[in-house]
Amino acid sequence: MSELASTTVTKKRVKGKVAAGSVIYLLVALAAIFLALHTSMPAYTRNLLMQTSTYAIAVLGLTIVLGYTGQINLGQAAFFGLGAYGVALGTTSFGLSFGTSLLLGTGIAALAGAALGLTTLRLGGHYLAMVTISFQTILSLVLTNWISLTHGPDGVPSIPRPVRFQGGNAYLALCIAVLAVVAYLVWWLRRTKLGRALQATRDNELAAGVVGVDTFQSKVIAFALSALLGGLGGGFFAGGFAYISPDQFSFNESVVFLTMALLGGCRLPVGTVFGTGLLIMLPEWLRFLKIIYLAVYGGAVILIMVFMPDGIFGYLAVLWRRLRPAAAIDTAGLAPLRLSQQAASEGARTLLKVTELTKHFGGVKAVDGVDMAVQSNTVHALIGPNGSGKTTLLNVLSGIYRPTGGRVEFDGSEITQLKPFQRAGHGLGRTFQNIRLFGDMNVLDNVRVGADRPGNVIEDGLAGDPVERRALAALEFVGLANRAQEAVGSLSYGHQRLVEIARALAGNPKLLLLDEPGAGLNHVEKDALVALLQRLKEHGLTVLIIDHDMRLVEQVADRITVLNFGRHIADGIPAEVLRNPDVIVAYLGKVNTNAAPRA
Amino acid sequence: MGIALQLLFTGLGIGSIYALVALGFVLIFRATNVVNFAQGDFAMLGAFAMVILAVELGFSYWLSILITVVIMAAFGALFNLGVYYPLRNRTFLPVIISTIGASILLENGMLAAHGPQPQSLPSLFDSPGFSLGPVFFDTQYLVILAVTLAMVVFQYLLFERTLLGKKMQATSQDKEMASMLGIPVAWMIMITFMYSSVLGGLAGILVAPILFVSVGMGSSIALKAFAASIIGGFGDVSGAIVGGLTLGVVETFGAAYISVPYKDAFAFLVLLIFLLFRPQGLFGEKVGEKA
Repeated sequence: MSELASTTVTKKRVKGKVAAGSVIYLLVALAAIFLALHTSMPAYTRNLLMQTSTYAIAVLGLTIVLGYTGQINLGQAAFFGLGAYGVALGTTSFGLSFGTSLLLGTGIAALAGAALGLTTLRLGGHYLAMVTISFQTILSLVLTNWISLTHGPDGVPSIPRPVRFQGGNAYLALCIAVLAVVAYLVWWLRRTKLGRALQATRDNELAAGVVGVDTFQSKVIAFALSALLGGLGGGFFAGGFAYISPDQFSFNESVVFLTMALLGGCRLPVGTVFGTGLLIMLPEWLRFLKIIYLAVYGGAVILIMVFMPDGIFGYLAVLWRRLRPAAAIDTAGLAPLRLSQQAASEGARTLLKVTELTKHFGGVKAVDGVDMAVQSNTVHALIGPNGSGKTTLLNVLSGIYRPTGGRVEFDGSEITQLKPFQRAGHGLGRTFQNIRLFGDMNVLDNVRVGADRPGNVIEDGLAGDPVERRALAALEFVGLANRAQEAVGSLSYGHQRLVEIARALAGNPKLLLLDEPGAGLNHVEKDALVALLQRLKEHGLTVLIIDHDMRLVEQVADRITVLNFGRHIADGIPAEVLRNPDVIVAYLGKVNTNAAPRA
Repeated sequence: MGIALQLLFTGLGIGSIYALVALGFVLIFRATNVVNFAQGDFAMLGAFAMVILAVELGFSYWLSILITVVIMAAFGALFNLGVYYPLRNRTFLPVIISTIGASILLENGMLAAHGPQPQSLPSLFDSPGFSLGPVFFDTQYLVILAVTLAMVVFQYLLFERTLLGKKMQATSQDKEMASMLGIPVAWMIMITFMYSSVLGGLAGILVAPILFVSVGMGSSIALKAFAASIIGGFGDVSGAIVGGLTLGVVETFGAAYISVPYKDAFAFLVLLIFLLFRPQGLFGEKVGEKA
């Protein structure tokens, strides 16, 4: 009882800290709005501030798409332009109110973003860069040439403002208020389930999928949100300046938006806003440079990338973390991890059934008609010499590869054609031979993504965040709960493996696939791994494990399946299989001995 | 029919420029896995070097070409050291952005150095061209086609018949293995940047007599060359050439038969169509990530 009380206290302290931060943020925002309303300033200054606040709204879109999701967008000025033209044409040509026009422009921008994302986000990388540039170029041409709608290169003059915000100061205050709300929401997004999914997609798309994140959907949402914020910023921009023309929304402006996000640090909203302000003020301060200003600016972009790849605030955040390492989380009152298990009375049943499974790469038959069954509540080992198709089989099982033929049934339903995240939703967890963690998230968030998997029932009726409790319990199970707040990259190789296992366990899998968990571990770490596997076994978790270390396999496996040249050559209990002459030949070549193969 | 042939000729000429720049893109991409957004500015630099040498300083045309090629090679080396090398171990995103920064730096640096006034460069040959049936063969377009063909042959010989070319290929396919075999990988990448820079510079020299020489000329060529290399199949050398030629022809026909103001949109429409229905391009293969 006292243990429980102590966690509640810690929780309250953390909650209190967050609340205090929010209150300070609210006060600063209110102060800025108050100052905007009541300070008399030259129109020139007000315009710079208006530009900063409306640009910053659009650049916050890049925080989501680039900073959180790691996708490039070289067309943000196009979405900004859609919002701006929405307001401009809605109010002047179609006689709509400012609010309706803003809604329309923002909506069109978001729809365009979603459509662009749906069609091309599967490609990613430089393709995405190219597609966004293409969209940008085409929109610029349309704005210039569709004169009957857009007034062409002359632009749209006399754009009205909303009735209550006619005055310059009032409108500036409105822009700042909107910016404050948007920045808060973007900051808050980072801590939500969606925010974690975006970051996981950024850090390791393949692993994110296997853990249960619909990476494609996440990217499309991020892209649509980014376009929406672009449109929103553009709409307010049009109202603020009363006149817009196509050259304000050109490819060059997209590059400026991108630079603003990167300069301040695109993973933190405060950095984004700071970067926007800095880049708008910089020309004013650098006037003495005159015509070489833009050249200096290009050079600065290179220098930022070389020396401060995470931007100014990213750099400061690293320093801050070094000065004040995160406090360890109190885990005293944590309930032990509960794992999926089946009542003993039900008896053993087939959890995973693989029939005639094949996977060919061109002419190479990596997996060539494998039959295999994994019984529930057992540890099943899959062994075979190098190149026998073990990892390929595992990749087909977790959905990373589409099989060339055959069937995979899991827990009574066919999953042969499902995507990795859908299989995770069915309760299939896995780890990777070469560790795939989310490198820029901390240990706890890595495991949280695992707990977030679709279909994971973790409600325990207690107050607070059940996802966090589940993640901490999984970390405690592998003995790393005290390192929950650390950067995952600072952990040793052996500990990173354990985090990967905890990430899978947090998702409460029915079947856990372990791809060479012992690879690269030293003796002590390996013994700890065996102990961990035996604890999993006591909990009744069904495990399918690949490993080369026969000592490890013998210690934990209930059954063994042996592959060679993509075909299954033996199956049974360890003692039998390891003495099977075919298996010995596969491992050692033709020898006349009865010795079991030892790796 | 005559008009169509004329358009085909013009389209192939302009497509050759895209092809040369696209070739530079692809070579750098294969060697470093980086998309160089400053590739078009290589063409801009080449064109400006020619204007300065041949027009302003009054050097002979051939000498100017020679000096320009040397300058471009040196520039490629500098570009590698300043823009790519410090970021070589990072993901593609910082490097892409660094090349965008380089592009801004080059264009505005040139603007500051040479002013906003567009320059023109006379053609190497005095004769404007000749007519054959309904088709007028413009000399400069013939020169462009001839030089492009020569560069394609040169590159084929370089990569397939010389040890240097084999080493460059090995570097682009597997850097680790190449360095284990004693190939100086950093040097191979350096040479790739130098060669790509020269290719870009040549494209600039060739296109200068047709277009005005301006600081922005590179970016629009580069965007289309990039589109061309995706249409051809990203990372594929012959794809870059076929993609470039295709794009030049599509654009010329589009401008003639559909719309002049939207001329620049056709390239991107074709690109979007390819990305939707055949993202691996004409010659590319689908590659998946290995777990």
